[in-house]
Amino acid sequence: MIDWGAIFSNAAVELISPTTAAYALAALGLAVHFGYTGLLNFGQAGFMALGAYGYAISTLTFGFPVWASVLVGIGASVVFALILGIPTLRLRADYLAIVTIAAAEIVRLLFTTNTFQPVTGSANGLSGYKGGFADLNPIPAGTYGFGPFEYNAYDWWLRIVAWTIVILACLFTWQIMRSPWGRVIKGIREDEDAVRALGKNVYAYKMQSLILGGVFGTIAGMIFVLPRAVVPSNYQTSLTFFVYAILLLGGAATILGPVIGSMIFWVLLSFFSGFIARAVEAGWLPFMSSIQAGQLRFILVGVAIMLIVIYRPQGIFGNKKELAFVK
Amino acid sequence: MSNNTVPTAKPVKTVGMHIGEAVPGCKKKDPILVVDGVSRTFGGLKAVDVEHLEIPRGAITALIGPNGAGKTTLFNLLTGFDKPDTGSWTFEGTSIGGMAAFKVARMGQVRTFQLTKALGLLTVMDNMLLGAKAQVGENLFRAVLPFLWRQQEAHNKVKALDLLARFKLDTKKDDYAASLSGGQRKLLEMARALMSDPTLVMLDEPMAGVNPALTQSLLDHILNLKAEGMSVLFVEHDMHMVRHIADWVIVMAEGKVVAEGDPHEVMRNQAVIDAYLGQHHDEDLGEDPDAGQQNVGAIKELLDDEL
Amino acid sequence: MLSLGLLLTAVTFSTLGAGAAHADEINTDQYDYVLSGNVQFDGEPIEDVLISVDGSGYEAEVVTDADGKWRIGVPEKETYTVALDEDTLPKGVVVAKGGSEIEAEFGLTKVKSVNFFLGEGERTTVSFFDQFVNRFVNGLNFGLLLALAAIGMSLIFGTTGLSNFAHAEMITFGALATLTLSVTMGLPIWIAIVVAIVLSGALGYGLDAAIWKPLRKKGVGLIPLMIVSIGLSLALRYIFQLFYGGGTSQLPGSGMADLKFGPISLSPIDLWSMGISVVVLLAVSYFLLRTRIGKATRAVSDNPSLASASGIDVDGVIRIVWIVGGALAGLSGVLWAYFRPGVSWDMGFQILLLVFAATTLGGLGTAFGALVGSIIVGLFVELSTLWLPSDLKYVGALVVLILVLLLRPQGILGRKERIG
Repeated sequence: MIDWGAIFSNAAVELISPTTAAYALAALGLAVHFGYTGLLNFGQAGFMALGAYGYAISTLTFGFPVWASVLVGIGASVVFALILGIPTLRLRADYLAIVTIAAAEIVRLLFTTNTFQPVTGSANGLSGYKGGFADLNPIPAGTYGFGPFEYNAYDWWLRIVAWTIVILACLFTWQIMRSPWGRVIKGIREDEDAVRALGKNVYAYKMQSLILGGVFGTIAGMIFVLPRAVVPSNYQTSLTFFVYAILLLGGAATILGPVIGSMIFWVLLSFFSGFIARAVEAGWLPFMSSIQAGQLRFILVGVAIMLIVIYRPQGIFGNKKELAFVK
Repeated sequence: MSNNTVPTAKPVKTVGMHIGEAVPGCKKKDPILVVDGVSRTFGGLKAVDVEHLEIPRGAITALIGPNGAGKTTLFNLLTGFDKPDTGSWTFEGTSIGGMAAFKVARMGQVRTFQLTKALGLLTVMDNMLLGAKAQVGENLFRAVLPFLWRQQEAHNKVKALDLLARFKLDTKKDDYAASLSGGQRKLLEMARALMSDPTLVMLDEPMAGVNPALTQSLLDHILNLKAEGMSVLFVEHDMHMVRHIADWVIVMAEGKVVAEGDPHEVMRNQAVIDAYLGQHHDEDLGEDPDAGQQNVGAIKELLDDEL
Repeated sequence: MLSLGLLLTAVTFSTLGAGAAHADEINTDQYDYVLSGNVQFDGEPIEDVLISVDGSGYEAEVVTDADGKWRIGVPEKETYTVALDEDTLPKGVVVAKGGSEIEAEFGLTKVKSVNFFLGEGERTTVSFFDQFVNRFVNGLNFGLLLALAAIGMSLIFGTTGLSNFAHAEMITFGALATLTLSVTMGLPIWIAIVVAIVLSGALGYGLDAAIWKPLRKKGVGLIPLMIVSIGLSLALRYIFQLFYGGGTSQLPGSGMADLKFGPISLSPIDLWSMGISVVVLLAVSYFLLRTRIGKATRAVSDNPSLASASGIDVDGVIRIVWIVGGALAGLSGVLWAYFRPGVSWDMGFQILLLVFAATTLGGLGTAFGALVGSIIVGLFVELSTLWLPSDLKYVGALVVLILVLLLRPQGILGRKERIG
């Protein structure tokens, strides 16, 4: 018999999980890039990897305190954005897509290679960098919460910090997008030559946008690895695609879209995998093994991306009039 | 397009702007833009090859010529949207050759585009506000602190509303620019350019694709620019418009300036007629197969009008 | 610093160990986990072969004893790289397959045995020039198979403007279809490959008819189209995994022994692969340059609206481009399966970026540019292993992609776009 209670509570847990927060923040970064500025950044996985490794390596290899490790990660992503942006932001939009996807792969391969094994841990990745963050926890040890949302002090601390960052990032983005700066950015999305003809330094604005969204991705990368270990295979191109799926689901040029999109994405995914896995166990799907059941969800994500783009390009939260990217 | 487009008020023509004969590249008494030795090739084809050219201040100058004469390319070069192979030019005495487009615009030389670039998913008001210069809130760090830019924004809004009212777009201010008609977008683009208080307005085919009902007001607006002390340089195909509102006409063919002078004088120039009629049909393949015929039509129109 | 300290300790230990009776053991009394092995050739033990272990910040070395045995204690249950120093093998013996480095991972027990397969052969201290020539030929082979996929992608981009991420799955499809037809259904490999290519062409046709043509008619923009192709790529890839699993299978005949041509060692399959690529590429060139449909294709690439105005059936051309593109991608997948070697669900995705790099390098949308770009990428990937560790070989190609875009954004054979 299927344990519906377990399926639902596992799915509900995803609502506030740090992973959901991390994806929401990474998607918000992409919203800045793609939704507001029209930059096709396909290297968000690279920015996230830089955050994760920047933080972990600073802590493990150099023994930096938390704040310094965070700054190292952010610094690395600013440099990465500059390297990507300087050659490509003057070129056609699809070149940025190809270069960012290539650069993110370069980053991943450099973290995976055996050559830098003592620092990066190569394919095994890194772990044991959480001490500094845990030490900052003001919550007394113990277990708190109710129902499925019952966590120990560290898990609560992580969730509180993660969601506080997401909320701050949303407020920040909301504020700048309704300012004259945001107006220029949205103008660039519509037609950068027109904005250039009005005396705005389009190149500089695009660079600022690339850096800002990249820094969001980097911080998301740090949140992402605080409940787990840093493993290079997590930062494949598929990660970027998943973040895009979330962004499109919520609405590309919206503030809340990425957050709600991430929640829906993870809750549905957990619900779906939970259901399929248990249905397979219960013998409802005799033609399918439990491993195959796990792959179904990726197929679902792929199909969902296609359907959203074709039938609801503005996402759930997008303004119907403002068909975010259909031109 | 209507053949009877005539400005409501009889335009006051500016005359006596040049020094000496009205020949290609002649000197002007008070040039705002001076071009020297500008050339640009595309894969062996010389699109622009201008030896010397001066654009008079405080006047409306038309840039005409058959298809593929290099008018738009010259526009792109002068406004920093394209890089020349050789050449230099000065705007109000400052050398701006090779300067980035946004810097050119900041100096007071703004342009519009042949294919209107209204920013579709921004409201009409936002389009206008984007045109304002030196906005405090356009800096990322100051953008976060609204009290720094709120006052300037309010000031710009008043100015924008005023301009929109003049262009009869004030009722549309909260609509997306994408919802405007082609002609309204042209007006919006012009109004937006005026937000920056330019000294030289460069209009690339302002009449192309405009509903005849709107051409009237467009012409008046261009004349108003001059009345307000701005200089205007525009590319146009419509000869009536050129003759009625231009104070000076520059004719280009195959990348070169072949004639310039008073509109009525220029139309009688043999070089101009040759340029329009002598164009090889096959060279233009891919741009506009009917170009030859159109040009013949234009010349006929011209001659008819003179009689 | 830490690892250097460990290295020093390890060296000290091994020197001490060499002095003691147990030349074959190191640190086994100190740690619980042990890597061990037995170095033999033709049933005969080999003494004094240097074995080293490296991983998780720990390093140690040991030499084999008279029985050819060695044991190394390691501190943690982690993955270690065990290396055999080929210089310490007797003359005429080399590590035959699997390489002289093995990744060792502990299973359920505390002892993991690691064995190297030795074989007869001259271990050549290959001269740099010989290595270069060998890598060069390999690179050419790789480049040619990339070109098959890249030309298809480039034709599709040229005629429809679509950056097709699902091209990766069209590559994989060719290899998977061949696997099913030959291994599962028992068809002779030649027939299997031909049928697989036909099926790949049909897949191209099907994708165009079912997805891309309706979306074109709907007037969907290029960027949404690209994102749809990403979704399609993801879905197809995991559908493949659903049916074929996550493992790697071999096509019949792969892993044939290499033939020697001076410094160049190539298997008969490599020769076939290069031959087929060249013939097919020539055929594609003939198609593009000489046939009516080919000329129409180039006309559509140059200027779709003009082509349409001059009476070319643009939709028909695009349909043919998808069929040809699919078939070429399928063939490329088969050759890639032999080159890697192996067939797996994500094999196309592994080279997708290289195919993109090749198309972009040559100039987006120019078929012959894609060919040139592919050869450059192929050569670069293989030649870079002369200097870079092999797990970084794709990095070189991707760096070159970025550099070329920086210096010549229109690609090597691309034309500069006219602005305004």
